[in-house]
Amino acid sequence: MSEPLISLCEVSKSFGGVQALAGLSLTLRRGEIHCLAGENGSGKSTLIKIIAGIYRPDSGSVLIDGETITQLDPITAIAHGIQVIYQDFSLFPTLTVAENLALPSEIHAGRRLVRWRHVHQLARAALARLGIDIDLAANVETLSTAERQLVAIARALMSAPRLLVMDEPTTTLTGREVERLFAIVRDIQRQGIAVLFVSHKIREMFDISERITVIRNGCVVAAGAIGEFNEAALARAMTGQEITAEGYRWMPPPGAKPRLEIRGLTVPGELQGIDLRVMPGEIIGISGLLGSGRTELALALFGLRPTHQGEIRVDGRAAALRSVQQAVSAGITYVPEDRLTEGLFLTQTINRNLLAASFEALSRYFLIDFARARRASADMIAEMQITTPSGERPVMELSGGNQQRVVIGRWLMRDARVLILNGPTVGVDVGSKAGIHRRIRDLAESRGVAVLMISDDLPELVQNCNRILILHRGKIVEEVMAEATTEAILSEILKALS
Amino acid sequence: MRLSVLRRSETVIALVLLAAMLLIGLINPAFWNLANLFSLARSNVVIGIMALGVLTVMISGGIDVSFPAFAVAAMYLTVRAMVAWDWQGVAGPFVMATAIGLALGLINAAFVYGLRMIPLIVTLGTGSLVRGFLLGVVGTSQVNIDRMPKSLIAFGSTELTSLSDPAGGHFALSAMLLIYLAMALLVHFLLTHTMLGRGIYALGSDGEAARRVGFDRRLTIFVVYALAGALAGFAGLLHGAMIWLANPRDFNGLELDVIAAVVLGGASIFGGRGSVLGTMLGVFMLVMVSNSLIIMHIATTWQRVVVGFIVIIATAATSWRDRRRIA
Amino acid sequence: MQFTMRRLFGADNNLLQLALLTLMIFALMTALAPDKFLRPYNLLSITYVAPELGLLSIAMMVTMLSGGIDLSVIGIANLSGILAGIFYHADAGARGPELTAMAPLSVLGGILIALATGVLGGAINGVLIARLRITPILATIGSGQIFTGAALVLTGGPAIVGYPDGWGFIGNGAVFGIAMPLLVFLLLAGFVALLLTRTAFGINLALIGTNPKAAVFAGLRLVRTVFFSYVLSGTLASVAGVILSGRTNAAKSDYGVSYLLQAVLIAVLGGSNPAGGRGSVAGIIMALLALMLLSSGMQLLRFSNFMVDLVWGAFLLASIALNALRTRVR
Repeated sequence: MSEPLISLCEVSKSFGGVQALAGLSLTLRRGEIHCLAGENGSGKSTLIKIIAGIYRPDSGSVLIDGETITQLDPITAIAHGIQVIYQDFSLFPTLTVAENLALPSEIHAGRRLVRWRHVHQLARAALARLGIDIDLAANVETLSTAERQLVAIARALMSAPRLLVMDEPTTTLTGREVERLFAIVRDIQRQGIAVLFVSHKIREMFDISERITVIRNGCVVAAGAIGEFNEAALARAMTGQEITAEGYRWMPPPGAKPRLEIRGLTVPGELQGIDLRVMPGEIIGISGLLGSGRTELALALFGLRPTHQGEIRVDGRAAALRSVQQAVSAGITYVPEDRLTEGLFLTQTINRNLLAASFEALSRYFLIDFARARRASADMIAEMQITTPSGERPVMELSGGNQQRVVIGRWLMRDARVLILNGPTVGVDVGSKAGIHRRIRDLAESRGVAVLMISDDLPELVQNCNRILILHRGKIVEEVMAEATTEAILSEILKALS
Repeated sequence: MRLSVLRRSETVIALVLLAAMLLIGLINPAFWNLANLFSLARSNVVIGIMALGVLTVMISGGIDVSFPAFAVAAMYLTVRAMVAWDWQGVAGPFVMATAIGLALGLINAAFVYGLRMIPLIVTLGTGSLVRGFLLGVVGTSQVNIDRMPKSLIAFGSTELTSLSDPAGGHFALSAMLLIYLAMALLVHFLLTHTMLGRGIYALGSDGEAARRVGFDRRLTIFVVYALAGALAGFAGLLHGAMIWLANPRDFNGLELDVIAAVVLGGASIFGGRGSVLGTMLGVFMLVMVSNSLIIMHIATTWQRVVVGFIVIIATAATSWRDRRRIA
Repeated sequence: MQFTMRRLFGADNNLLQLALLTLMIFALMTALAPDKFLRPYNLLSITYVAPELGLLSIAMMVTMLSGGIDLSVIGIANLSGILAGIFYHADAGARGPELTAMAPLSVLGGILIALATGVLGGAINGVLIARLRITPILATIGSGQIFTGAALVLTGGPAIVGYPDGWGFIGNGAVFGIAMPLLVFLLLAGFVALLLTRTAFGINLALIGTNPKAAVFAGLRLVRTVFFSYVLSGTLASVAGVILSGRTNAAKSDYGVSYLLQAVLIAVLGGSNPAGGRGSVAGIIMALLALMLLSSGMQLLRFSNFMVDLVWGAFLLASIALNALRTRVR
């Protein structure tokens, strides 16, 4: 049992009324691979920034090597051997690999002039340490995501850190790249460096970590050696969701025609010959590893892959789907993964966000019928149960769950026939999650909307879908009925694919 | 190695430039006369020095449209001072002009860094303010050649080599070209051999990452705008010394041309890209096209249109490169 | 007290603040030059001179809504006036009764040519920015040079002088005592206000400026909407050019150069966010009023035009400083 390297004691932090961390305590030991598990919005990134010295906790203390550090700032953190690799890698796209590697340590050494030969030497050594071979003179913007990550790791290692924090490192990696990353992480550990591996992907936690801390809503809900947990327990701890016994039971209405038919959908490099039939009221779950084509399937259906081949029919009618407008006219709607950057107009009002896709439809002779618009918006706020004192408040004031309801509600206003949801409850607090699931099931049952739910959250899929598809390399490789499967089975399937 | 990088922007521009020169020379071989080339070189100096400042600002991710105002203010104030105090120096006045430009540049920096305001709007404001001040408070009267300080005129007329043409007149390669090259080398050294310079690229490439890695954002922004102002001030007085006039209404509309030249030379308006060599080539291209219209028997009234087209083509070509990075 | 201060300085109350500013300026100018400032002649002359700048400012604001900018508006304005002038001179000679007393239909022809210039110029900008995705600053710097350059080539340099009386009426006439330029301005301002607040085009434009990515996912037509916003901007600029040349009975390639900065200033002062998503006609009108009163007062106090430039530059800096501090306070 090694000594504590860094400890957080009863740390709290809030931002303008939103409590990000509440009395959180956590200990990282020297040389261990520790996983910080939590969903988006659980407080992970705030925690990382406190460890990195970017934020100061409102209350509680941070101890390094057993000593309380009162003023932890980024420079002090680096001096103590803490290196953070953020999700965006913090690299300079227009500078070369060599510069990205060497400049930070040159700055740290207080250099004024650039010694190019030294820079190249440092860079070469850094890459050699990881045993990787990347062109030093290439601009970082020309590298793949996996290569950029390797550069980021190599850079972090140059300062001889004692703790390496990696924020969601596997988000954009393929299976093989993840394996390579894990090998590097184990190698790093062998050098005596502790690794804090922040993730929400349960399978990986079992692959790589020794100890694990699960946080939810800003506090620790579970912690211990990885052997003490199983996947189901972890999932429950992360989401706080109790698995209810009854899943989504759906019976096809008598004599119903398929709502959505896809035949031979192909997008070169992304999808290969997808065939799918969805009846009205069905909720189809879609999962798969990164690069499996699940998001690409959604984008193709939503008109963002105008060069696709294959046949798509909505309610029996062929749909061209060469543009988003065509998709929407055909009744296909899409709620994107990242609602903050792709879904919402943060500075605009809730009403405007709800009506964003409907202004043209609400216009008569070029002028918007505001009375109708106001009514539609108020109705939708009620129907989606969005908690807000008024629809005129800016949408950024809403909680994650309510924001998600706004984006979903936007499409319901357009009389969606097919609703594609990508990560519908990511970053949504537990209470809201259940509410959103209920809403989706209602929509499917009462309005007969065909729902495609893309998600990494296996319990969510098992509970709310009647059919689950697994995609791999652009093809549907597995199709199971929800009642005939469990998260464990699904995760095994996914594991076998990588 | 680094040559592969050079193979990208600068070589392309150099090739285009060469092609343009050959084309103009074909239309009128008089283009290749030494007198014409010397005159072209001379025309590069003032705009080129200003462009170096604008380049630095653009690499950092900002933009500066106030430099013509700063240049003319520095020039006019210095010359008026020289006339008023009967001051016949060279080094001293240039220090003064540079200092004026630098001080004005610091104001820009204060607004851009301290108040985090969009550089375009800030520099629009300071430029207007300075020009208004110059013309409204200091005066609008031109200092003609007969009243210009002799020392400045002498300095500005210094020649490197003097040759006589067949018609008995004489033309020369201005020594001011050396000053331009010296400035270019200095800025190049700053940008490629100092940490401060790499910090400018880093800031323009990814401001947030630059902060996290430890680059001093405040220092970088102040240096960048102060340098642009200083270079503008210097170039302004140099201009007065070279044309033997100090006209406070000068440099009107110059900002567009200089920005066009810098973008032509491969700099990106989004930041993180650009080089001194590229800028010098871009400036040369712009000056050459503008000045060669007469040689090509095209009325000078077409100058604006041609420059406009060049800007559009250059930005269309580079915007694909730059936007792809953002997406 | 704190509560009222907050309300007073809230971003939503930008209009209120502007109104207060306008009042303060009015009071100041009245105090400094009471007999000259309050004379009806003075205030009336503002109604003739302000509209062209007001139209340019609205044009600027429209393009800022989508996160862009249009630095070619003055070029379009001048080119419009010049092309109309050339048409009139070709039709009826450069001077004389045939020109001045031109038939209304022919006068209309010139007006249509001017407007077509604006539409075409705006369309060019629209293609460059919306289709070719060239960054707006550079695209409109370039196109502005081309328009100004074209104007220069067409005139050879000097101004085109001499327009029909009908044309001059637009710049100098009055209907029921109200200046014609003002009527045109109010009509167009009202139209744009309607467009921006009550049509899908206007609201979609603001949404696109707020978050272009989300706009794509919401099914908005970015290319078409942004394209038309530049066409609108160009058309407004051409009307400004009509009024300008109507008022001065002349058109030149380099008229109104200082208008460009002033239009940006008024747009920003009037509450537009250059990064996109925010802007209103009411704000523009208020800012225009404030600045016209200021410059009128300054001219009466014998300040030179350059001093006015100085003050406008200072105003721009002060207003963005205030904006920045305001968002900090929040």
